[in-house]
Amino acid sequence: MVISLAGIPRNLSVLVLFLLPAIGLGLQSTLAAGEADPAASPVVSSADSIEQALLDVKSEDEAVRSKAVALLIEKGDASLVPKLDAIRAEADRAVRIAIKPVIDLLKNRANLTSGQPDTRRSAAADLVGTGRPEAITWLEEAAAKETVWWVRYTMEEAAQLIQLRSQDPAVRLEAVKKLGDHRSQNSLSLLQEFVEAGTQSGATEEQRTLAVAAETAIEQINSWGWWANAIETLFRGISLSSILLIMSLGLAIVFGLMGVINMAHGELMMIGAYATFITQQAFIGWFSPDLFDWYFPVALPVAFLSAALFGWVLEATVIRFLYGRLLETLLATWGVSLILMQAARVYFGDLTAVIAPQALRGGAQVMVGVYLPYNRIFIIILSIICVLGIYFLLFRSNLGIRVRAVTQNRNMSACLGIPTRKVDSYTFAFASGLAGIAGWALTMVGNVDPGLGQNYIVDAFMVVVTGGVGKLAGTIWASLGIGGLNKLIEPVSGAVYGKVFILVGVILFLQWRPQGLFAAKGRSADA
Amino acid sequence: METKVPQGSKAVKEAEVPTEAVGSSRREFLGQSGRVAAGVGVAALLGNLGNYALSYAAGGPPIKIGVLHSLSGTMAISEVSLRDVVLMAVEEINKAGGVMGRQIETKVVDPASNWDLFAEKAKQLLLEDKVSVVFGCWTSVSRKSVLPVFEKNNGLLFYPVQYEGEECSRNVFYTGAAVNQQAAPAVEYLMSPEGGAYKKFYLLGTDYVYPRTTNKILRAMLLAKKVPASNIEEEYTPFHHQDYQTICGKIKRFAAGGGAAVISTINGDSNVPFYKEFGNQGLRAEDAPIMAFSVAEDELRGMDTSALVGHLAAWNYYQSVDTPQNKKFVANFKAYCKRNNLPDGENRVTDDPIEAAYFGVYVWKQAVEKAGSTEVDKVRKAVYGQKFLAPGGQIMMDEANQHTHKPVLIGEILKNGQFKVIFRSKGLVKPEPWSEYTNPDKGCDWINHQGTYQKK
Amino acid sequence: MPEPVVTRQGSRETVVFYVVGVLFLIVVPLLNVVPDEESWMHISDFRLNQFGKFLAFAILALGLDLIWGYCGVLSMGQGVFFGLGAYCMGMYLALQIGKESVYGSELPDFMVWTQVKELPLFWYPFKSFLGGFFGAILVPVLFATIFGFLAFRSRIKGVYFAIITQALAFAAWLVFNRNETRLGGTNGLTDFKQLLGFRLSDPSTQRGLYILTVLALAASYLLCRWIVASRAGNVLIAIRDSESRVTFSGYTPWMYKLFVFVVAAGLAGLAGMLYVPQVGIITPAQIGVLPSLEVVIWVAVGGRGTLIGAILGAVAVNYGRSVLTNYFPEAWPFILGGLFVVVVTMFPDGLVGMIRKLTDRKQTHRPLIKVEGGTTA
Repeated sequence: MVISLAGIPRNLSVLVLFLLPAIGLGLQSTLAAGEADPAASPVVSSADSIEQALLDVKSEDEAVRSKAVALLIEKGDASLVPKLDAIRAEADRAVRIAIKPVIDLLKNRANLTSGQPDTRRSAAADLVGTGRPEAITWLEEAAAKETVWWVRYTMEEAAQLIQLRSQDPAVRLEAVKKLGDHRSQNSLSLLQEFVEAGTQSGATEEQRTLAVAAETAIEQINSWGWWANAIETLFRGISLSSILLIMSLGLAIVFGLMGVINMAHGELMMIGAYATFITQQAFIGWFSPDLFDWYFPVALPVAFLSAALFGWVLEATVIRFLYGRLLETLLATWGVSLILMQAARVYFGDLTAVIAPQALRGGAQVMVGVYLPYNRIFIIILSIICVLGIYFLLFRSNLGIRVRAVTQNRNMSACLGIPTRKVDSYTFAFASGLAGIAGWALTMVGNVDPGLGQNYIVDAFMVVVTGGVGKLAGTIWASLGIGGLNKLIEPVSGAVYGKVFILVGVILFLQWRPQGLFAAKGRSADA
Repeated sequence: METKVPQGSKAVKEAEVPTEAVGSSRREFLGQSGRVAAGVGVAALLGNLGNYALSYAAGGPPIKIGVLHSLSGTMAISEVSLRDVVLMAVEEINKAGGVMGRQIETKVVDPASNWDLFAEKAKQLLLEDKVSVVFGCWTSVSRKSVLPVFEKNNGLLFYPVQYEGEECSRNVFYTGAAVNQQAAPAVEYLMSPEGGAYKKFYLLGTDYVYPRTTNKILRAMLLAKKVPASNIEEEYTPFHHQDYQTICGKIKRFAAGGGAAVISTINGDSNVPFYKEFGNQGLRAEDAPIMAFSVAEDELRGMDTSALVGHLAAWNYYQSVDTPQNKKFVANFKAYCKRNNLPDGENRVTDDPIEAAYFGVYVWKQAVEKAGSTEVDKVRKAVYGQKFLAPGGQIMMDEANQHTHKPVLIGEILKNGQFKVIFRSKGLVKPEPWSEYTNPDKGCDWINHQGTYQKK
Repeated sequence: MPEPVVTRQGSRETVVFYVVGVLFLIVVPLLNVVPDEESWMHISDFRLNQFGKFLAFAILALGLDLIWGYCGVLSMGQGVFFGLGAYCMGMYLALQIGKESVYGSELPDFMVWTQVKELPLFWYPFKSFLGGFFGAILVPVLFATIFGFLAFRSRIKGVYFAIITQALAFAAWLVFNRNETRLGGTNGLTDFKQLLGFRLSDPSTQRGLYILTVLALAASYLLCRWIVASRAGNVLIAIRDSESRVTFSGYTPWMYKLFVFVVAAGLAGLAGMLYVPQVGIITPAQIGVLPSLEVVIWVAVGGRGTLIGAILGAVAVNYGRSVLTNYFPEAWPFILGGLFVVVVTMFPDGLVGMIRKLTDRKQTHRPLIKVEGGTTA
């Protein structure tokens, strides 16, 4: 304590109050640790030596300590981990540092045979960090039995990475070659060291051969890495595009059909996201934890219907009065969006997020260096399904024929007996429902918060404007173009300028095609 | 919270009566305190104690204080909790008899996350409402925006959030951490064998002054500690950035081969997308831990923590800190939020800025009582060296530089959104507004110098 | 059909203009200086300063009214031009701080902590007041000319133009937030000390700035009225009502649009220039999508298509915000959003339209805004 407590008896007494239980707790846990020892003694032949080593580990003498550590690594198993943890909790810094690798090794060794592929893989990756040669045989044994290729890959790579530090030059050379064949990104920094050591003036013959091998390996790894990176970038572009697409679909339909720019579209997405959140809370509150993951599929209709209902109300109460007044709808819906955002802020109050179902966590290792997150794949598939669904609805259903008729010529459709108001109302509700689905999907990549809609809305508008009015294909191409370009530029320019370039690009693009990619032509173009 | 017993014992007795019949709402409470004040006033007059009684026992007119936190707009998420805790502290003080026997009256205004409105509202508090002290601000830009107003009108601001330093204003007391009380020790910890002996650092932040300055200092510190420049990567994203695919890809390549840690100063709603993407791209806390300086319990409340578990944060206080006064503080805060029907009620949590805002009120109270006046210059002098047993442990205001001596705690994020403390500094860390790494020649001292001065 | 501008209502507007002008130019500052501080008549320095800010906003609203209310082109990026003007003046003021800054350097503070060693070249013109003054008008004008030329010439209009300008606001916000742009990043420019040798902290300086703002507003108003009353003004209104017919009559609508767009940008720049020394800070937050849209609210609430309406709307909404955020902080967005929906759906002519309805009982109501023709396909 830097501060002297003298003269402040009140504080002192509180401090004493606080210290006493702390000391008590400490005593208790020491006792507990002491009691636990004999009860859970492992049934091994060398039980005594392990007991001795457990005591030696706590020694002040470094030599004794490292000897004990070596013995524990050699003979110990995972059952020692709780005991070591107990020692570690009590010990001072030096002892803690000495024990940590033992715990890591023993834990990971046990995990190598775990039932979960992810755990096995993590264990293999962690063993590299320990750098202990003992781990090589464990890894090789585990790799021989391994069935999942990616886990096997990690195990082999881990073994070779440890071999890189071996004393025997032949082993090292072999490891370098193998790592090159494995295209191991993780070995790059070490291989670089070999190259540097080999090119120095005083390098030995062995170092030089090693350097040559390392150089080839680096080349192999780098050229593979370039391709892996290209594939990942492409995937990211498609992923962003699918998010943009799924957001702008509803916007584009409403804009195309009614000429309404719905600034509250983002907030309809927010409603979908909150609907998902509420469904999750309901599952937590009412159903058993086993069923928890089912909240996500259940939330889909909830999100769609709640957003659609809200859209229907919005159409009936606000937008209905503003048909034909394009700019006014834009302003009125913006007012609505302000109210919705603040309502969410007041009611939910805070940043919330939903827990992704198990199936959408993590990702798939499709090849070395290319790892595709499941949640992104899910959104890509969802956007394709949405596009197909809309296509069928518009071109293969009665409602679709009416919607298209109204889109093409409102007055003529009315004359032919199509209830245009009803068509408007249903379409708006449907488009709002699409926004709800977008919100539902977005919970898998981000927050559920009042600003959810605002984060993407400008991008979504860009997509609609670039795509042109009333054409589904325009929206698809525009979102692919904008999303893809964004991800292509971002690694070079950073996130901000990537966005700015896109915005400027869109402005310039409209120079060339003021009505967007797929312009409505003919008489209706200049109404 | 226990407080000093004010001199006017009669007033205390009067004041204690309604305390027992705890008012269930704030309005009721205000009504009660009004009645108490009236009762006290009558008692004092009857006692005919003259001026002494008027200024002490009866307390005279209430002391006005201002609360300047955004209650709407993007910053409301963080700042509303600070308003709540300041009001709670005021309620506690008033129940215990007020400051020098005078009740505290709060004036809450909403600068709506709009930086120029911060300046306007600050002017209003100081010039129109004539408050004695203001508790407020969160972002650096809001503080910078009100700073000229406070300096021009000689106001007093208690600023409760960790910040980038390089400031030494006579009119601000910083109860949050300076860089050397949070970021620097956290990185030192990561470099130590105990913390994992990390060698490569990816400094990632939202693009504004706090991350920029903090990372500038960290970079200087890392270079001074012989970390090669090629092992330091720096990157900034705009506010509300959502798509962290590319950046996580970069981190993955950076972290290949191990020994890398991410130092995150990402702010607010970008955190969830970032952590989610980080986990989904196959990066684990064991490969590359994220050490965050802007993620606290209040941000984790209601968030899906599964992607964050095992990552680290550095603060000066956690809700999980095990002290009796903290248990009481947390329980009081939850009860207060429930009683006043604030969103989330009992599920509210406390965190570092909330604690700093809370003890700020008490430090000010003690200073006013020591100075025997609410005059800014007198109070300021009385604040220097003031000690207080805060929920997280004893803290001390610096003798000269307007900042606070605090302990440094590094915590690991748990599944329930709380932190397990894995490292605690020995004693309190002295605040350095001017970092020794970037401004070794500068110091901050309002006793022997006029604020910022050149060290010889 | 072109709307006759100087009618009976027009002359009444002139009377209102002079009455209000005298009130704000002479009475308000006098009430600030003469009465005792405790008197109910007294207008505090704080309030005067606040009025000054609102009136600067009114200039900004005038510009938007000109292009939206009269020409039918909705610009959702006026905040950008306002910001450009404000930054130009802010850069001049920042350079005037000199050694008084926290770091005691000749460079503005933010440059010191972002480790800029030398003043960037584009800052040099702002070392002199004239640089700041003309920059504040000319930079937005130049920018608007380029942007407007590109947009109007290729006939981007209606909703497309609105969305493009919104994108512009968003892009500008992103860029101004960056620290490499050497404009202070998120923190913007602040902590100004003096203007032309006058201390900004001095109440008399603030009073002078207030009077300047009133004069500038009056001048802007007269300029707008002159434009609206001219032949060009008639064409503008014709463009608003039916652009195709104007084209068929042999006019080039985009030139007219470009002209008012540039004038509006110049006015926005002027407003920004007056705003900075009075508020004492300019940050990118004033540039983004939201502040740009708020300008639209002011005009819509006040009544677009009438110049007085723009001024009235700007002052009323801002004053309302200042008062209401004190009493119902969390309710303000509801009020703002609700105001917007109600005004747009029920009172397209805003406050001025309502006042006219009430005072002109005899006259049948004539809408100020002609409803745009049929839906766009």
